[in-house]
Amino acid sequence: MISYAECSARERLALLLDAGSFHEWLPPSERVMSPHLAQLGVPSAFDDGVAVGRATLDGREVFAAAQEGAFMGGGVGEVHGAKLVGLLQRALRDRPAAVLLLAESGGVRLHEANAGLIAVSEVMRAVLDVRAAGIPVIVLIGGANGCFGGMGIVARCADHIVMSDVGRLAMSGPEVIEASHGVDEFDSRDRALVWRTTGGKHRWLTGDCDALVEDDVAEFRAAAIAALDRQQPLTQAALEQEHSLLTQRLHALPDGDAGGDEATLLWGALGIAGAENVPDLPVEAVRALRTL
Amino acid sequence: MSDVPAGLETLDFSFSGGRPAGAFAPVLVGVVGSGNLEVMLEPAGGDGCAVRVETSARGFGPIWQAVMNDFHARHPLAGVRISINDMGATPAVVSLRLDQAVAEIDGGRP
Repeated sequence: MISYAECSARERLALLLDAGSFHEWLPPSERVMSPHLAQLGVPSAFDDGVAVGRATLDGREVFAAAQEGAFMGGGVGEVHGAKLVGLLQRALRDRPAAVLLLAESGGVRLHEANAGLIAVSEVMRAVLDVRAAGIPVIVLIGGANGCFGGMGIVARCADHIVMSDVGRLAMSGPEVIEASHGVDEFDSRDRALVWRTTGGKHRWLTGDCDALVEDDVAEFRAAAIAALDRQQPLTQAALEQEHSLLTQRLHALPDGDAGGDEATLLWGALGIAGAENVPDLPVEAVRALRTL
Repeated sequence: MSDVPAGLETLDFSFSGGRPAGAFAPVLVGVVGSGNLEVMLEPAGGDGCAVRVETSARGFGPIWQAVMNDFHARHPLAGVRISINDMGATPAVVSLRLDQAVAEIDGGRP
C-alpha cells in the first residue's frame, strides 16, 4: 500500500495513471511561472504548483491535473489556474474519456489576489463547459492540505468526487472559520472536530462525495476507473434534486443549539446507526452506513 | 532591523572539467516549500555545469558555494544546467536533493 496523502503531485500522477503514460503539457523545463511571486520576494516553482497533461487510465485516454499541496498550500495563482483552464478547454477539442483533477489546495493563492480569484472562477466555468460537452470531470481528494476555498467549489461542480478518510473538502478552512466567528464557533486546533465536519467520512455520509476509499493510491486508481462512466447529467432537474437534498439536510437538525456535536447529530438525523461511533470505524464499515 | 534586504537572491555558479552527462530528459525533484527546494537538471550545450539558485534566504552565498563545490566533487557533470528554487533548505537537504536529481537522470535514460 502506498499512502496517497504522502505522495507528491507528480508521484500521484505516476502511480495512479497507467505506468509511463503521462505526457505533461507546459512541463517545468518550459518555466511557465508566476509573474507575481518574485516581486513579493517569494520563490516560484517551475510548474507553478500544478502538473497538467494527458495519459491513459485503464487503457482509455484521459486528461489529468495534479496540484502540489507542498507548494503554497496548492494555492491557485494566475498561471496555476490558467494551466487548469487550458487543460479543460483542450478537453473540449480533443474529447478524452474524462478529465481527472487531483485536487489539493487551500483555494486562491492570496499573494496573487484578484488574478487568483479570476483564475478560480475561470476554472469553475471551464469545468461546467466540459461537463456540458458530455465529458465527465472526476475530482480526487486525499492530500494533507485538503480541498478548500475556490477549489472546494470547483470540486462540487464536478461529476464525481473520490475522497479518502484523511481527505477534507469544504469552503472555508478551519482557521478561517475560527478567525471570523471565534473559537467557540469552531476550534481549528480540535482535529477530531475538523475531520468530523470536513473529512472524507462526513462527506460520504452526507452525500457530498461519491466514493470513499482508504488512503491508498491503488484504491484511488480503482475508484477513478470506476468513475469513468459515471457521468452526472448537468441539467436543471439534477440541480433541483441537489437543492432539495441540501434543504432536507438543513432541516434534519433540531432547531437551536442542541448542545451536542453537530456532525454526530446530523449523521443520526440522516438515519445512520451508531452515529457517535463513526469517527472510530474503519473506512469499509463507514462505506456501508450511507443512507442516501 | 536586519541589513539584509528583502526579496529573492540569485546566485550563479559554474564548474568545468566534468564528465559529459549525454542526452537525458529534464528531471525535477523536490518541491518549493518551507525548508525545502526544487532542483531541475537539464542537458545543456558546452562542457560546463552551470548552476542558478533563486533563494528566499539571502546572504548565504558562501555556504551555497561550498555545497556546490562538494556536489561537483561527488558528481563532476558536464553539459548540464542546474536550476534551483529554494525556500530556506539546509545544506544537507540541498545535497540530498542534488544527489536525488542525479540518480533520476540515470533512472530516466532511454
